[in-house]
Amino acid sequence: MVNGRIHELEVGDQPGQVKPWDTLAHTLRETLSLTGTKVSCDHGACGACTVLLDGQAVLSCMTLAVECDGQRVTTVEGLSDPQTGRLDPLQQAFIDYTAFQCGFCTPGILMSAKALLHENPSPTEEEVKEALSGNFCRCISHYQVVKAIMAASGKEG
Amino acid sequence: MADKYRFIGKVTPRKDAVDILTGRAKFLNDLKLPDMLYGKVLRSPYPHALIRKIDKEKAERLQGVCAVLTWKDVPDWKGGTPRCKRVLDQKVRFVGDAVALVAATSEEIADEALRLIDVQYEVLPHVFDMEEALKPGAPQLYEEFPGNVVTPGVPFFGPKSLKEVVMGDVDKGFTEADVITEGTYSYENIPNPLPPEAPGAIALWEEPNKVTLWVSNQASYMDKVTLFHVFNREVEVRSIGGPCGGSYGSKFMSWQVQSHAVLLSRATRKPVKVCMTKEEHLAAFTLRPGSRMAAKVGMKKDGTVTAVSGRWVIDTGYYSMTTQSQVAVGCGEVQIMVRCVNWNLKPTIVCTNRNASGIVRGFGGQELKCILIPLLSLAMEKLDIDPFEFLKKNYVKPGDGYIWRDGIWYTYRGVDYSEAMDQGAERFGWKENWKGWLKPSSVNGTKRRGVGVGVHGNADIGEDASEAYVRLHPDGSAIIFSCVTEHGTGQRTNFVKMVAEVLQVPIEKVSLSPADSLFTPYEFGPAGSRGTYAIGSAIISAAEDARRKLFELVAPRLEAAPEDLDTEDGAIFVKSNPQRKLPWKVMGIDRTCTGYGRFEPDYTLSNCMMSFVEVEVDTETGQVALVRVVNATNIGQVIDPQGLEGQLNGCLGSAGIDSALFEETVIDQGTGHTLNANMLDYKWRTFAELPQIDNVVLETPFASHRFHAVGVGEIATSPGPSAILMAASNAVGVWLHEYPVTPERVLKVLGKTAPWAKKGGAA
Repeated sequence: MVNGRIHELEVGDQPGQVKPWDTLAHTLRETLSLTGTKVSCDHGACGACTVLLDGQAVLSCMTLAVECDGQRVTTVEGLSDPQTGRLDPLQQAFIDYTAFQCGFCTPGILMSAKALLHENPSPTEEEVKEALSGNFCRCISHYQVVKAIMAASGKEG
Repeated sequence: MADKYRFIGKVTPRKDAVDILTGRAKFLNDLKLPDMLYGKVLRSPYPHALIRKIDKEKAERLQGVCAVLTWKDVPDWKGGTPRCKRVLDQKVRFVGDAVALVAATSEEIADEALRLIDVQYEVLPHVFDMEEALKPGAPQLYEEFPGNVVTPGVPFFGPKSLKEVVMGDVDKGFTEADVITEGTYSYENIPNPLPPEAPGAIALWEEPNKVTLWVSNQASYMDKVTLFHVFNREVEVRSIGGPCGGSYGSKFMSWQVQSHAVLLSRATRKPVKVCMTKEEHLAAFTLRPGSRMAAKVGMKKDGTVTAVSGRWVIDTGYYSMTTQSQVAVGCGEVQIMVRCVNWNLKPTIVCTNRNASGIVRGFGGQELKCILIPLLSLAMEKLDIDPFEFLKKNYVKPGDGYIWRDGIWYTYRGVDYSEAMDQGAERFGWKENWKGWLKPSSVNGTKRRGVGVGVHGNADIGEDASEAYVRLHPDGSAIIFSCVTEHGTGQRTNFVKMVAEVLQVPIEKVSLSPADSLFTPYEFGPAGSRGTYAIGSAIISAAEDARRKLFELVAPRLEAAPEDLDTEDGAIFVKSNPQRKLPWKVMGIDRTCTGYGRFEPDYTLSNCMMSFVEVEVDTETGQVALVRVVNATNIGQVIDPQGLEGQLNGCLGSAGIDSALFEETVIDQGTGHTLNANMLDYKWRTFAELPQIDNVVLETPFASHRFHAVGVGEIATSPGPSAILMAASNAVGVWLHEYPVTPERVLKVLGKTAPWAKKGGAA
């Protein structure tokens, strides 16, 4: 299940099927056309491909799609309300604080932050930084990201 | 100042914010065209070799493979300045050089095909060190460059293109000096700007000689211009730029990747996407140039620099596309930093068998300052001069001048940055923390703190030409046609703000066209902090032109002269009687009103950034931690406060401050292989290691911009690295002269490790 929608994918090597060695990132992007999830390093170092698997942040480039059978995957496309399109407060906070520059690492950062707030709705700044320590951002939007997450958790920076 | 504007200086959401935050923004690798193929590159395992034989038959027979191209199959297209590097050549010149290209129906098949290509190489002797490359008998990379010396000069900069800084009489200058210091310094850890999105391109060839390229680039119009020359001026190129996942200069030019996509599309007649893997990005794309200088400076007791002479050697790697430009701009920028009448600074650009150098924030000036400031510091130490006072005194002031990249002398007519520097020093607490050269600001057991300061600025804020159209519609909306992509600075939104301000319409009423060279006019692109002043001025003047034309159309209806009219929220009114007004739609519902604007280069202004840093060195482990940074600048008028904050905080990454702390590309000196071509081994700063950053931003108006603003984003990375060396040296009480200041180097100067081969350093 991805973003609340059930996808029944067969295992195989035809177009539209999932090969046993396909990563979750590949399946999301290439098979399901959910390109919001970004691949940067493709070896589990940069966090750009972070998605939620049953609410937990995972690196989709290091997760095989076949392992996700029966689990709930949430990507950046699934953060806003599917009915109304209303943005998640976290997304809105990122807009309000311009907590991004080039925006390529942003989906991964958002998903790491979402997992953190799910587990710890009222984190300290240190906890935010720790939770995001696996997310690479090269423009240096870190400071604005921390402010945005604190604001989304109800603590204006 | 901000209060007088409706939008300028106000916090407004980025136009692309919702797309980025919802994942709808389509970066290059998110695009798929019908029947698209995937391209991959076979790369050389040797730093220097001749290809004796390539057997591609097995690869071609693999199901799903549509083309396999080797040097024999492609036209004589060449890049480089001057053009020397064939896109595919019989000779390979670094580990990672392109040997063959494959297009296939999937990336997996293309990868598999690469493994089936059999190449026989004749390995040639190689050279990695820039000075070894200059020695007689060194392996030669190109017939065109005897002695591996790359032809100096940049045709694009004009006939007098700056190649060196030579003026006055250095011998006389040295006799006037109270102190003379000499030494060899280097900044050659060739850090990678490392945008998160790897370089890539999609090409679609149309017979007989047209190609459309989808690019991820900082300056997409220039792709059209660059590739036109690379393709022997025989191919018409249309470039379409989308969101760019970071560039920091590096993706100003991706001609190699783009050429590969074009060749494969030309061979298959299908769209072909070529995206580098992160390993290719780190090991085979461009890096910051390596820089080394043996130099001598003379200084008076009052901090006057009486003479600078030096031989600046620049390692460009296996070719140079832009290194001459970086050298020219670096030579200009050094004069902005140091007022001196006697110069003999002579650069030599050398090619070696490592991956090529390209553009990175700091553009030549960062490289030169990183090796000149440590030498100036030695003189300051001897004369007991405070480096903050020295840098403030010597930075360009109104009425001073410099020879810029075109070889022409310009008199600076911008603001005096001393006030910004003073306020930065105050915020940092410079006076309280500066204890003298090689003295820590505090000591707590094995933890010693030190402070340092650096400065940078460039006259590129007004470099090169820009053009734009602004079209007004009867419904009160406007659209900007400009070939500007968004690479993170927020400038696309800022241009919308500027036009909204000129036209006095809500921001929502203004949009910006896609960066498509088919229908946008010439645009050099946002580089060198030129976005605000150069691009902004072109767009503003297009908006003003459109506004004027609208007034001319409507003036008879209001029985007034065009110059007596004004507009607000889609209504045109008589200034003396605002009740007499008409909506824009009176222009006619079957009409639009288009203005054109052009910016002509203006090198009489420079921006400025001074960075103060405090580091803490653990003398037991050798670890150098960055504690805090204060950046000080004056930009005339803030356009976008949050975007500005992001750009200034960018001082850390993208081959900036951290290039002095831990960033480096490690190349095996035996084999030429990059040893840290992945993001586990290439070090980068994480969220858990953030220093405190304070940005001091003054707004003294610059008269020649409609909103009195200049840009500053590019230069944020540049003052920091030399400041880090200064701070770390002060902390430990011994000079540290090598970048980056790794724990090994710190322990070495503290005499806590066995000595190893020395590279550079003070004489």
